[in-house]
Amino acid sequence: MIEVTGLSKRYGTYLAVENVSFSINKGEIVGFLGPNGAGKSTIMNILTGYLSLTQGKVTIDGFDIAENPEEAKKRIGYLPELPPLYTDMKVREYLNFVYDLKKVKFPKGPHIDEIMRLVRIDHVQNRLIRNLSKGYRQRVGFAQALIGNPDVLILDEPTVGLDPQQIIEIRNLITRLGKNHTIILSSHILSEIQAVCDRIIIINYGEIIADDLQDNLSEKLSTDHSLVARVICDDRDMLAALKTVKDVKDVVLLGKKESGAYDFEIIPEEGADIRAGVSNRIAERKKTLLSLTSNRLTLEQIFLKLTQAPNNDEARKMLGLNEQKDDISVDTSDIVIEMPTETEKEDEE
Amino acid sequence: MLAVFKREFKAYFANPLGFIFLAVIFFFIGFGFYQMFGAGAPMVEFAVLFPAQVGILFFVIPVITMRLFSDERRTKTDQVLFTAPVKLINIVLGKFLASFVLYAISFAPTIIFQIIVMSFVSVNVFYYIYALIGAMLFGAALIAVGMFISSLTESPIISIIFTLVANVFIMFAGSFAGMISVPSTTNNIFETVWAFILKTFVNFLNGMDFVNVLSSFSNQALALKDIVFFVSITAAFIFLTERSLEKRRWS
Repeated sequence: MIEVTGLSKRYGTYLAVENVSFSINKGEIVGFLGPNGAGKSTIMNILTGYLSLTQGKVTIDGFDIAENPEEAKKRIGYLPELPPLYTDMKVREYLNFVYDLKKVKFPKGPHIDEIMRLVRIDHVQNRLIRNLSKGYRQRVGFAQALIGNPDVLILDEPTVGLDPQQIIEIRNLITRLGKNHTIILSSHILSEIQAVCDRIIIINYGEIIADDLQDNLSEKLSTDHSLVARVICDDRDMLAALKTVKDVKDVVLLGKKESGAYDFEIIPEEGADIRAGVSNRIAERKKTLLSLTSNRLTLEQIFLKLTQAPNNDEARKMLGLNEQKDDISVDTSDIVIEMPTETEKEDEE
Repeated sequence: MLAVFKREFKAYFANPLGFIFLAVIFFFIGFGFYQMFGAGAPMVEFAVLFPAQVGILFFVIPVITMRLFSDERRTKTDQVLFTAPVKLINIVLGKFLASFVLYAISFAPTIIFQIIVMSFVSVNVFYYIYALIGAMLFGAALIAVGMFISSLTESPIISIIFTLVANVFIMFAGSFAGMISVPSTTNNIFETVWAFILKTFVNFLNGMDFVNVLSSFSNQALALKDIVFFVSITAAFIFLTERSLEKRRWS
């Protein structure tokens, strides 16, 4: 569906994107992951024809974006980092404008109604965009990308600036759209990419440093299996008690987080599962275990480490070296909430 | 093109800008007509534009062109335009047309004035039409210049300032040309070269004299060269606008 070969983009003397190649099949949801300034937005702007490319070739469904831009652009819906909204227009008016601009063939009224229902902006359709909150603006931007039902959706940080509820909604929307769209999504938040994407492309310094399925990547990336336990106890006794659990390498007292309860970070020997041991030990001491969580941030921290490497060779080396088996995969089940199915029929469109 | 035109035209009336523009031109045209009518001037020679109004056009046209592309760039709304399956030139033309139609509407009162004039004396209606064509072409050229300048910057303020500078230059080009005296006799090669440079410059200034060309439309005749003058300037700046936007993709 999307074919990128040897893509480079130069701003003056600054090389923003260097020799990037990837190909995305129909129906894939691919995440672009990278810190700010890594070149994610630049690549997306090139894919959508907003910027030109200095070198390389981009084809969308077989149409070259440089040679046949109109055909290629017809197949793309783009939500830029900042939704391109005319704030002096009303929501419906704006969507009508985008519909006309994109020369869409579907029946106008029903098509726009359907999209508005899908992203849940139908109740604000007669309000000025200027007066909408950030979350609603983002959704109007989303609606704009969906007009014409393009095969490819390119979403640049679609959840940035939204509240958690809205983030969940947008993620669910992306997951649902992913059933019959090819989606490229960018983010600098790892968990977000993990929640919705099958495949992850990590970009840094304008280059691809990793391009793999999510599971493979998280195995390579996470080497830290440490747990955080919250226990109602006396801190010193418990610290000593936990240190003697089998396979525990070290225990760090993180401090008092609730009244009477302390947090301990428990670092296991490599590859060991210490959850049972830890909870048994706490039970033996007749203390109450309030929670036991895997150290979820760690994955994010490793990603940070990866992208903060002085150069990309160093980062690749880190990826290659960290190939241990990891059984504590990041728990993302808490951010997937079932959506009501009233808008489900969009999928048949 | 039509979608861009519609949006842009509506945008003029989403804020006071469009209304102010129309009000100012209505006022000056009306005032000009009143003066003439009141003064009892020979109404046979009623022309759409009076010199005083030409002056005001130089100052109000930048107001409607300043936002055309600069604002889009600042608010990044150009991303929806430039990623849509539309040719760049159609976007440029849509925007140009929106400004032009607004400008054209501002001349609507002159139709009423013409009817009033014609109810008193018999005049050839074509004189009025010639003058109106002149006014339209003149406005189109100024709008194209303003639009081009607005495509160069992302600040409407910078856009309007530079457009005003350009317009003042165009406005006084004829007067500047009159102020430069080209020596007719030369003593040596340097003076000959200098005279040649001056002469070229004066020719250039005279060529820039929109007002002079415009006034020939009011001379009860239509000259092809005057039409070509404005049309070619308009076309050139529309093309330059398209190029300047295209260049931005490459930078």
